[in-house]
Amino acid sequence: MVTAEVAEAVPAQAQEDRFEAVVAAEQRIEPRDWMPDAYRATLIRQIAQHAHSEIIGMQPEGNWLTRAPSLRRKAILLAKAQDEAGHGLYLYAAAETLGVDRAELTEKLISGRQKYSSIFNYPTLTFADVGVIGWLVDGAAICNQVPLCRCSYGPYARAMVRICKEESFHQRQGYELLMTLMRGTDAQRRMVQDAVDRWWWPSLMMFGPPDADSPNTARSMAWRIKRHTNDELRRRFVDMTVPQAEHLGVTLPDPELRWNEERGGWDFGEPDWSELTRVIHGQGPCNAQRVDRRRAAHEDGAWVREAAVAYAAKRRAEQSAESGHAEGTERPATAGQHAPTGEHTEHGEHTEQENGK
Amino acid sequence: MQDHSTQADVDDHVYLGLAEAAPGPEGEGRWAYGTGFADPLLGVDTALPPGVDGADLAACCLMLGDDALVLAQRLIEWCTRAPELEEEVALANLGLDLLGQARLLLTRAGQADGSGRTEDDLAYWREEHEFRNVRLVEVPNGDFAHSIARLLLFATARCALYEALSAHPDPVLAAVAARGVKELAYHREYATAWTLRLGDGTPYSSARMQAGLDAVWPLLDELFTAHPAELRAGVDPAVLREPVLRSLSAVLAEAGLTVPDVPPLASVLGRAGRDGVHTEALGPLLAELQVLARAHPGATW
Repeated sequence: MVTAEVAEAVPAQAQEDRFEAVVAAEQRIEPRDWMPDAYRATLIRQIAQHAHSEIIGMQPEGNWLTRAPSLRRKAILLAKAQDEAGHGLYLYAAAETLGVDRAELTEKLISGRQKYSSIFNYPTLTFADVGVIGWLVDGAAICNQVPLCRCSYGPYARAMVRICKEESFHQRQGYELLMTLMRGTDAQRRMVQDAVDRWWWPSLMMFGPPDADSPNTARSMAWRIKRHTNDELRRRFVDMTVPQAEHLGVTLPDPELRWNEERGGWDFGEPDWSELTRVIHGQGPCNAQRVDRRRAAHEDGAWVREAAVAYAAKRRAEQSAESGHAEGTERPATAGQHAPTGEHTEHGEHTEQENGK
Repeated sequence: MQDHSTQADVDDHVYLGLAEAAPGPEGEGRWAYGTGFADPLLGVDTALPPGVDGADLAACCLMLGDDALVLAQRLIEWCTRAPELEEEVALANLGLDLLGQARLLLTRAGQADGSGRTEDDLAYWREEHEFRNVRLVEVPNGDFAHSIARLLLFATARCALYEALSAHPDPVLAAVAARGVKELAYHREYATAWTLRLGDGTPYSSARMQAGLDAVWPLLDELFTAHPAELRAGVDPAVLREPVLRSLSAVLAEAGLTVPDVPPLASVLGRAGRDGVHTEALGPLLAELQVLARAHPGATW
């Protein structure tokens, strides 16, 4: 556990009071600020799960990259996959400000000790699935994530601002694809309806279990990590989506869906929560496949990462031989873009942090 | 620490904005080429200039466009399989650049030959023997070192060719090449950086990098073999041989690797990729690329 506070001169109670005051005043907690261990653990778990979801989420849509039926759609889909890899990078960087590192989180993902969004454990069976994922899955993600732009933890909130902008772009692209298909052939229209039938209920499950079965919600809301309950967000999503479905000309597969005049919103049926439980516990159609792919990429790439580390070490040794003093440690050099988080990773006293599972 | 004042429904305007923006594809025409980047043909006259033979120009655009399309397809195969997330981002980026070039070049080919075929007509509805790409871009990815070796050869040679083509009399080809120089220069730098890391990394990575180079080197020669249509259109890749080989040798020397001493891959009856005679790898690649489009003839996506 974190012991850093022992070394600090400020009494523990004063630190905790300050934390509570900052959160209550809707200000931001930053990496160097004192924070309760449970707050840190909750954030690490949530941000890691979010980062994992971005990376695993590349797979279902990536399934159609090589077969995209026009070059324009191929470019749009490839750009989206690239954005998702970028989101994963920002989010892992945000988690690193809490004292964990990406390699450790990746290890937890591929060993099944950390989760990702259950939605990605369903297969993408036709190209219409690409559009429906954009419309419904990205739409649900936006409902979940827009309030996170005001999360009390600064690096996470800032990462979410950029991610939400790109997600809304993806959602519109998905919807535009579906509109095009609905104006197309009968086969294309059937494809869209079939995809909506398969993705509707899992999309509603993306908001998590009903409030009565979500014991951590109250604490997360008190900490201003979470702003709305699962059921509130789910209702908001349905209210937003029903008119879009009508405009599109598809039927949402819920016979209980009807307008509630009194409430000014849509009433809808109860998702099959036992299915969500099964998928979360590894028994969805694609759980094993998704994790296996991520593990294979990680393991197949080990020698490449080792080479980069060895190369960087040689260059450092050369530099220090030339300049006559040793350089500080660096991350292994990679040629890709690093995520701009606006925060430097705070390694050091928090390396033994538990992930809160 | 910043102050973030809030009301109960501070998120609502964002949701409303998204809900309003969602219905209808209006105003999304900026995705016509690439993914929202500036259209390099903006303001460029697409009429065929006097003295430029349409059939020869089309043949050249098809060769360059097919190279870009087929290599993009190979790079896309890396998606979700890259050794590190930074490489996911970078490889997708290279694929997007090449895809963007392919779309412009295929569109130009369809204009120049008078057939009016679109980029998708050419990408999805031609047969294997009608593709004019070099064989280097179609062979399977192999491991990361193999893919980097192919990229190093291709990007070094193509960057040099685009430099020459940026002065081509056809304004469209010249504009595509001028943008392509910047993109390919980055591809070359990326491939060079990884060639150095792998070549001068661990003994294992060095062996993999050398094996990758040995495997793709026989396909290098085809990039310098001029096709008659290229020569008639004022493009001679043969002049690039010396400078490109010099540049590649310098990179390999710095990485502690050996320039492979291997003969060019044999052709069939003197014909290779530029003549539509390919390796066995192209057929399955195209089958995958084309399968969905061909299952729905006449459909719009």
